[in-house]
Amino acid sequence: MNIRDLDQVILTLVTFVPLAGGLLLTFLPRRDRDIRIFALVISLLTFVLSLHLPVYFHRVRAGFQYEIDRQWISTPNIHYHMGVDGISLWLVVLTTFLTPLCVLISWTSIRERVKEFFILLLILETALVGVFTSLDLFLFYFFWEATLIPMALLIGMFGHERKVYAAVKFFMYTMIGSVFMLAAILWLYAHTGSFDFVVIRDQIASGAVPKFPAAAQWLFLGFFLAFAVKVPLFPFHTWLPDAHVEAPTAGSVLLAGVLLKMGTYGMLRFNLGLFPEQARRNASWIMVLALIGIIYGALVAMVQPNVKKLIAYSSVSHLGFVVLGIFSFTQAGLDGAMFVMLAHGISTGGLFMLAGILHERRHTYEIKEFGGLASIMPLYAALFLVIVLASAGLPLMNGFVGEFLVLSGTFEAKAVFAILAATGVIWSSVYLLWMYQRVFYGKVTHEVNNSLTDLSGYEKWAVWPCAVTALVMGVAPILWLGAIDPAVQAALNPFTRLASRLVGQ
Amino acid sequence: MIFLAIGHPVPAYLQALPQSSDYARILPEIVLSIFGMVVMMLEPLIDERKSQKLLAGIALAGALTALASVWFMAQNPGQAFWNMVQVDGFSIFFHVLIIGIVAVSILSSYEYMGVQRIRAGEYYALVLFGAVGMALMSSAIELVLIFIALEISSISSYVLAGFRRREASSTEASLKYFLLGSFATAFFLYGVALMFGATGHTNINEISQTLLAGQVPLLAVLAVAFMFVGLGFKVAAAPFHVWTPDVYEGAPAPVVGLMSTAPKAAAFAVLLRIVFVVNVHAIFWVIWVAAALSMTLGNLGAFVQNNIKRLLAYSSIAHAGYVLVAFAAAPAAGTSAVMFYLSCYAAMNVGAFAVVSHFANAGERYVTLEDYAGLGRSSPLLAAALTIFLLSLIGIPMTGGFFAKFYVFSAAVRSNLIWLTIIGVLNGGVGAYYYLRIIVAMYMKETRREVPVAPVSFAPRLAIAVCLIVTIYLGVFPGSVLQYAQDSAQQLVQQPLSPIPSKPAPAAAATL
Repeated sequence: MNIRDLDQVILTLVTFVPLAGGLLLTFLPRRDRDIRIFALVISLLTFVLSLHLPVYFHRVRAGFQYEIDRQWISTPNIHYHMGVDGISLWLVVLTTFLTPLCVLISWTSIRERVKEFFILLLILETALVGVFTSLDLFLFYFFWEATLIPMALLIGMFGHERKVYAAVKFFMYTMIGSVFMLAAILWLYAHTGSFDFVVIRDQIASGAVPKFPAAAQWLFLGFFLAFAVKVPLFPFHTWLPDAHVEAPTAGSVLLAGVLLKMGTYGMLRFNLGLFPEQARRNASWIMVLALIGIIYGALVAMVQPNVKKLIAYSSVSHLGFVVLGIFSFTQAGLDGAMFVMLAHGISTGGLFMLAGILHERRHTYEIKEFGGLASIMPLYAALFLVIVLASAGLPLMNGFVGEFLVLSGTFEAKAVFAILAATGVIWSSVYLLWMYQRVFYGKVTHEVNNSLTDLSGYEKWAVWPCAVTALVMGVAPILWLGAIDPAVQAALNPFTRLASRLVGQ
Repeated sequence: MIFLAIGHPVPAYLQALPQSSDYARILPEIVLSIFGMVVMMLEPLIDERKSQKLLAGIALAGALTALASVWFMAQNPGQAFWNMVQVDGFSIFFHVLIIGIVAVSILSSYEYMGVQRIRAGEYYALVLFGAVGMALMSSAIELVLIFIALEISSISSYVLAGFRRREASSTEASLKYFLLGSFATAFFLYGVALMFGATGHTNINEISQTLLAGQVPLLAVLAVAFMFVGLGFKVAAAPFHVWTPDVYEGAPAPVVGLMSTAPKAAAFAVLLRIVFVVNVHAIFWVIWVAAALSMTLGNLGAFVQNNIKRLLAYSSIAHAGYVLVAFAAAPAAGTSAVMFYLSCYAAMNVGAFAVVSHFANAGERYVTLEDYAGLGRSSPLLAAALTIFLLSLIGIPMTGGFFAKFYVFSAAVRSNLIWLTIIGVLNGGVGAYYYLRIIVAMYMKETRREVPVAPVSFAPRLAIAVCLIVTIYLGVFPGSVLQYAQDSAQQLVQQPLSPIPSKPAPAAAATL
């Protein structure tokens, strides 16, 4: 069989293999070891399958690839339409890459209700991949909502002390945010007769949608609100620290690594793709919010006494860069935004795993409980340093490439914003390195810390891939940007047309 | 039997008599009545301790036979008994829905009745008689007959609500339901009388033709508004909803499952015929306000409830509001959205109440939120089933509730009801909270006191399984049911303009 024959079904496979695995898992007897192995095999299989996407991807072509388009329901006209371009391609791979690591990091830390945990994790993976692959607005909303339940249950069933509060807050915030998107999608369907992203985009671009000019601003805001809650953009970010601190490690990894990207991906795909004119008109206040997020997130992160909360607020700051890059409407800005999304997924995912490892040993995230760990857990300290430097944006590490591109893109668009945002880079090294110093250097202040063990086998396997990927992404970003670039260029087409029309007048 | 073939020439002197096709068109009602009477007659003859099994079996057989007889009814579309009853895709849909709900409810009450030590006889008979009334409501097009059917269904549900005779709350529920219910039916009757005064007809099709011919008199608007009040009470729409929490709390749990779905479906069917066939636009704002109020008051009320049955009562008010949103939309899209919503709601609510009745235990001791703490551990399968029903009530993808809400709001947007849609989707988002509280209690809280959970016997297990399958089926493949609803909605909206053809309509024949 020719491997290219897979092209037609590969997205279906990548999306639904985890779900099938999760369903199979319900029939397995409750032998924890078997369940863990089974979950690992399924998630690795999904990862291997997903590698088909970048390997056989036509890098120069801008449109959607590996498309599959079948009718699901005739009235209303809902299609099972999936496809990836350079933007969604890497987010799919990021999801499938992080899931097996989540399985590994939960290997010993989840001891109760193991079966439920891995079922939920696999269902969550299907929903996440589905969000990035679906090109039918209905299908997209379907997966978007479907991510909520497994994530909320993961937080609520396996989290720490205030887990119920955090789970419900997470659920309600995102649920209420996304109903506005549903209303906007319904409006679009009522006036275009289609849920298909490409069809709606072309209809809007050609001005064939009745009553569109009057409604466009509201539709834009409907989509934007749902995504802004998810990102989370200041001032919708308050659910994030709670959810992160209370979530189990694997939950935090997927939450920071992938779920937040659903928001920025949505902005890039739908806010820019469907409503270029409104995006341009609203860009200035959105960029201000993003800027506030960058600086506010970093300052708040700096004063956190709790490692996990610190990382959570650092996500608010980093995701601010992504939004800033997206709404700069420049090639460099969008390339950078995409790259920050991926880099943040890897390095913050790694940081949450490392924080989880610490919690596993001491059952606390408080920074002041630690100190001098570098001599006790040398391997752990070394890996932590690599990831911290990646996250802080050291050149030759993945964080640097993305932030640099975003800043240069923003500089082209609005120089003042770039200058202010650049301080965020400084703040991020301050809070991360200061935290690193307090945890790892100095004298051992607590007696119990002397007996801490270094990384175990499973933990090593979970953290190493993150560190290696962070380094490779920093050294050879072209491997990723090669596919991102044409897609971003295509996404920017309406903006260049818009600009030339404005100049021509 | 000789004249069964339709269109066969009939001697003139026999035309005044009902023909066999007339009987075929009310066959499910006849079957249900016969089985109900059999249950009544057998009840005193057998030992009380053994009666439960036999009578439940007969009742279930009756419901299933009636379900099968709907097929014969469907072979004979058209009007019967001098245009009092009309068999079309619409009434067939509601017959299947109502009798299906009744069958599943009988299954889910079987174990409950034993646990609560309630005499079974009249119970099953009343359920079947109630089903006769509800089924008739969906096919009657003569307002007086609709009223009689409404009374048949209401009176049996008044009695059913009071079946936990040892509990004061159940008696209270029954009495409250009866008093307020009679008041509401009086409104409906008043509306019928006004309509007769305004148009000189009591047949819906003739009323519609009269109203279409000229200007709609104010009296007719008033009449429809009065009928809306009467039916609004039956479907628990705000502001006629105040009876709901008390009655649902007091009535036996399986009865609530039945009461919150089947009579509602029947009342909505009548409302559909009245609102869309009579087509009086003037009451658009009445419906708009009722929809917005029901959704908001229902959801807000549910927030603070600690009793699961009360919580689900408020939720049913909110769901009535979602359905009314579709009533405010354009007829064709609105009708099919209502029909789809009602079938999803039936599956998830009957299922949820089947689980609640099992947990409730003798004397319905365990019905508060605290009792549900830790159930995810102690009985994972039941908790998972209840979770799926609750997720469907929230409207999460992969469940019927998602598409139900989706179609309703999609119909509303297509009719340019943007504000009602926004109120609706916001309510849908906010409303998720109280369902989530039950899920949180089951999975994320530790057990506080020992709640004994008996193993589930076969009958309720089957009931829950059927509801689960339907809920998920409608969530993944909603196409076929929706298509059927759309075809019959098309018939319903178009037909009053022309007399009903006596040969089977192609759509109904194709789908059945």
